[in-house]
Amino acid sequence: MANLPATAPVPASPADTAENPLSGIDQAAGNFSYKMDYEFDAGTGLSEKTVRYISAVKKEAPWILEFRLNALKTFLAKPMPTHWATKDLENIDFDKIRYYLSSGQKPKRTWDEVPDDIKKTFERLGVPEHERKFLAGVEAQFDSEAAYSNIKEAVSKQGVIFVNSTEGLREHPDLFRQFFGKVIPTGDNKFSALNSAVFSGGSFIYVPKGVKVAMPLQAYFRINAENFGQFERTLIIADEGAEVTYMEGCTAPKFSTSTLHSAVVELVALKGAKIQYITVQNWANNVFNLVTKRGVAHEDAEIKWIDCNIGSRLTMKYPGVVLKGRRARGEVISIALANDGQHQDTGAKMIHAADETTSNIVAKSISVGQGRSTYRGVVHIPKHLKGCKNNTECDALLINTNSRTDTYPAITSRGEGNSTQHEASVSKVSEEQIFYMQQRGLTEGQAMSLSVNGFINDLARQFPMEYSVELKRLIDLEMEGSVG
Amino acid sequence: MSQLEIKDLHISIGDKPIVKGLTLTVRRGEVHALMGPNGTGKSTLAKAIAGHPSYTITSGEVLLDGRSILAMHPDERARAGIFLAFQYPSEIPGVSIANFLRAAVQARLGEGEELDATAYYKRLYSKMDLLQIDRKFTSRSVNDGFSGGEKKRCEILQMAMLEPAFALMDETDSGLDIDALRIVADGVNALRSTNLGVLMITHYQRLLGYIVPDHVHVMWDGRIVKSGDKSLALELEAKGYDWVKNELVPA
Ligand SMILES: Nc1ncnc2c1ncn2[C@@H]1O[C@H](COP(=O)(O)OP(=O)(O)OP(=O)(O)O)[C@@H](O)[C@H]1O
Ligand SMILES: [Mg+2]
Repeated sequence: MANLPATAPVPASPADTAENPLSGIDQAAGNFSYKMDYEFDAGTGLSEKTVRYISAVKKEAPWILEFRLNALKTFLAKPMPTHWATKDLENIDFDKIRYYLSSGQKPKRTWDEVPDDIKKTFERLGVPEHERKFLAGVEAQFDSEAAYSNIKEAVSKQGVIFVNSTEGLREHPDLFRQFFGKVIPTGDNKFSALNSAVFSGGSFIYVPKGVKVAMPLQAYFRINAENFGQFERTLIIADEGAEVTYMEGCTAPKFSTSTLHSAVVELVALKGAKIQYITVQNWANNVFNLVTKRGVAHEDAEIKWIDCNIGSRLTMKYPGVVLKGRRARGEVISIALANDGQHQDTGAKMIHAADETTSNIVAKSISVGQGRSTYRGVVHIPKHLKGCKNNTECDALLINTNSRTDTYPAITSRGEGNSTQHEASVSKVSEEQIFYMQQRGLTEGQAMSLSVNGFINDLARQFPMEYSVELKRLIDLEMEGSVG
Repeated sequence: MSQLEIKDLHISIGDKPIVKGLTLTVRRGEVHALMGPNGTGKSTLAKAIAGHPSYTITSGEVLLDGRSILAMHPDERARAGIFLAFQYPSEIPGVSIANFLRAAVQARLGEGEELDATAYYKRLYSKMDLLQIDRKFTSRSVNDGFSGGEKKRCEILQMAMLEPAFALMDETDSGLDIDALRIVADGVNALRSTNLGVLMITHYQRLLGYIVPDHVHVMWDGRIVKSGDKSLALELEAKGYDWVKNELVPA
């Protein structure tokens, strides 16, 4: 681990040899994003120097640099949560990670070098030609400016701010600062601290009072090297009575050389506001995906997380809602699929902090082959509250006997007049079931895929159409690949 | 020469031989009834022909139109025209009958061929009407929470939709009430006229009154010990399995 004290000598990085990191910045910033035509990166390894470098490249205000440096100290001081999570975390080599890549970063490989099976996956998923190159790491920039500016134009008429976090910090510093790091404090966990030290990319959204954004805001339309990077930081604020849906990720796996993805997403739903945050992610097999997501729901507000995790070596993600105001509602709908060699450690956190708050958790996991899924939840209803409700439902589907699944619901409800309900089930796709479907002419892969889709059907129906269609296609591919 | 030939077939479960040298030929358009006491290996025969992985064929052949199917996967056998109406159909939670059958029909189309959804639903509804299955069933999960009789009817619906060349019907009659038996029999008879070959496993003469078999075979301890026409079923019903045991089974 890179527990280098801040004063330790820093290994030479390519960044050290660059003359002036700031000289290359294109000051004539683009209309909707800052074009960075330079080719700098922060080198490998993490130190105070790395953090200062990132902050300098981004021309950040001093308070942000200070925020980052404090976060770095917290990160270095915190132990790995291996005591409750998994020892696999010890295999992350923090010295080998690149903490900042500018969007002008030269591609590390050519299209010819992209493995055939990856190309085939793109084809099967119907990923458009120009996006394939970006996703495969052949092109650093994916030009979706047209699609994005349409959305931005449409919503900005309503006064909605929808920019990347770097831009948000520059152009809306007061608004940003008011909520930034408040829902998820730097020291929440080791990886939120890491993100706080080196974050770049992610979205900043503000929806003004009473504004209901009709179309979902999609991060997908504005991916570039930075936004789609490893340490995104997203902050969404829905002012009183506002409503917004945000969709992140895309179902095409991103094939990169980076192995650590550690995002922080903070949501603030003020009085009567509604935020829905939808994620469908498909990570390559070597990625550690360690993400902290939480929202605060004020009086009569509602926050709903819809979270689909497919792939990765290890995903640790427990979207949460702090139910801060009376009658606030929180919901987590999650689907996790762990195939051979993958571990999905996912769940939800519901912190009830006001009377008559309600929370609902529905988590479905699918374990295939040696895949491992864990549900980890926290529901906390303290003694002094009245009229709170929680419903937790965890269902696991096992495909073949080697799969492993664990459930740690951890529901604490102390007060009177609060009610909690917890249901858990484990089911198996049996050999008989697969044979039955094969007897009707479906291949083994199609049969498994149909069983999995059947298992998540009631949740997938809640997704926007295009996401549920993509999710289905993705499951088809996963299952096809898992047949020996 | 469209036919399903079972030649001196031996089937084991684990090390235990269950079917011990069974020979039978079913031509398209024919109905063969297979009768025999519990545990004699009737379902084993049907599942092994369909390619169930738990059943090992230790010797013998199964030929479809002269070609061996034994090296084929279960789904390949199905697409080649073999249908098994299960004695105990599996439940598939979350997968609607409409979607399941659609996937099965789609699986029979050529590469790049798209299923015509309107035509598909039209056909599905007409088959459901034929079998007097409520249309509400299309959105219900396959066999999930179905009554015994509903499951059997759902098997025949699938058979009607998939139009196999040969159907292995394993005790489709058990669990059906009197009216349902009639309806299912009418459905099978309608398919029979389309050149379907049937191997019908049953314990009861009653079904054979509705679906009149061309041949009746009596199975005992993994072998066919007597074959005859429809009158054999009546004789069997009158005399019981003691007759088979004492007079037909070689000592
Ligand atoms: N999976 C299995 N493992 C072990 N024995 C089995 C298995 N399946 C079937 N058998 C045995 O094989 C024998 C034949 O069973 P099979 O189901 O083929 O009988 P059947 O003729 O269809 O009987 P029934 O009329 O009761 O349906 C029985 O003794 C049964 O217990
Ligand atoms: Mg049987």
